[in-house]
Amino acid sequence: MLDQPIAQSASQLPLAVAGLCFRAGGATLIDQLDLVLTDHGVTVVMGPNGAGKSLLVRLLHGLIESQAGSITWNGRSCGQATRLRQAMVFQKPVLLRRSVAANVDFVLRLKGASNRERLNQLLAQANLLDKKDQPARALSGGEQQRLALARALASDPDVLFLDEPTASLDPSSTQTIETAITQASGRGVKIILVTHDAGQARRLANDVVFIHRGAVLEHSGAEGFFKQPASIAARDYLAGKLVI
Amino acid sequence: MIMQDFAEAFRLAFGLVAAMDADLVEIIGLSLRVSLTAVLVAAVLGMPLGALLATVRFPGRSAVVIVVNALMGLPPVVVGLLVYMALSNAGPLGFLQFLYTPAAMIIAQSILITPIVAALTRQIIEAMNFEYAEQFASLSVPWHTRIVALISDARYALLTVLLAGFGRAIAEVGAVIIVGGNIAHLTRVMTTAIALETSKGDLALALALGIVLLVIALVVNAAVMSLRAGAESRAHA
Repeated sequence: MLDQPIAQSASQLPLAVAGLCFRAGGATLIDQLDLVLTDHGVTVVMGPNGAGKSLLVRLLHGLIESQAGSITWNGRSCGQATRLRQAMVFQKPVLLRRSVAANVDFVLRLKGASNRERLNQLLAQANLLDKKDQPARALSGGEQQRLALARALASDPDVLFLDEPTASLDPSSTQTIETAITQASGRGVKIILVTHDAGQARRLANDVVFIHRGAVLEHSGAEGFFKQPASIAARDYLAGKLVI
Repeated sequence: MIMQDFAEAFRLAFGLVAAMDADLVEIIGLSLRVSLTAVLVAAVLGMPLGALLATVRFPGRSAVVIVVNALMGLPPVVVGLLVYMALSNAGPLGFLQFLYTPAAMIIAQSILITPIVAALTRQIIEAMNFEYAEQFASLSVPWHTRIVALISDARYALLTVLLAGFGRAIAEVGAVIIVGGNIAHLTRVMTTAIALETSKGDLALALALGIVLLVIALVVNAAVMSLRAGAESRAHA
């Protein structure tokens, strides 16, 4: 049961990023960024505000285009084709003006996989089954983000990006989301998670990519990173100091 | 003396409305039929056009948007004149024999309000698309599914657009009087009847029709507003 999705996700890995640059408004926001991800599991992207974390995941997902450098998923250039097998949960969930169930069903239909059983299973996992007929936009912030995650999982992605999904959420919603992330990762979905929450990173990360000023400052296994960060900036960041 | 005429006109007008005068009912019925059909035509043409303009980027798009916006202010008499020329026996569509029929009036009103529906739809859909675009891109939603989803999610806001179109159609006189001709029992609608009766001095019928016109405007507005308020409270809008 577990093996096959892992084999599927291997079809998108390795991710290889080389010399990636993104400029906007005269500023270089991503600067010669190199990164290679070979293993499934949870990769956590950390770094100070403005380091380029959100930009990086948007570039990797193919939502925006870089001016220089390359991104390949298992040798295929990043774009529409690779995005089809990926999903993203944004920091601020964008929910359709429909019921909770209709939001998930929209994606199931899109992927030609609309069925009640799967719908209920996704809603149950997000702890939203009892609210399935409520308007999605009337949900609380935590419920909205849980729904956004359920909807992302409805597309059965090989790679799931999450851009600070639990920023300013209540602990129980955060826990539901972290459980869903762990389960998806266990099924072989590659997780790329941007977070500011060092505790969350410790709980979930297999490896950590630390970004500073638009470049990867270090990329190492989670255990090693949290025990002994190699860079001063990462050390200061983890110690709660301001990193500029 | 004048005040007395004024009061008398109102008394007669309310009498006509209360008695459901046959001529009055016929005129109101035709008005509603013509304008509602024009709204339907404008919705079918204008909403997809507006949604397309809101979501698709192509060269010359800004020019099209400017033209559509400018056409919102089309003078009804000019539309009436152009439709008259097209439908008259010497015109390119003369063979249809539509001139001085309700069909001609529907065509004229449709031309008048389609740009209104298209332009307002574009504004609403563009704002919503701004919000949805990144999510839709992430999900790789095909463009036709996007348009259907946007129109469907904006449905309550779009009701107001149809209301604006209906308001313009039901109240205009310039276009329908030229292409319809204000023929009794055939093409006489509320606005043309008001114009005629006023010029004849029969203020009571004109006023009765004016009262009905106002009531229709109020009722339709109130209905749409309460629908929207309900939708907003359910966080759909």
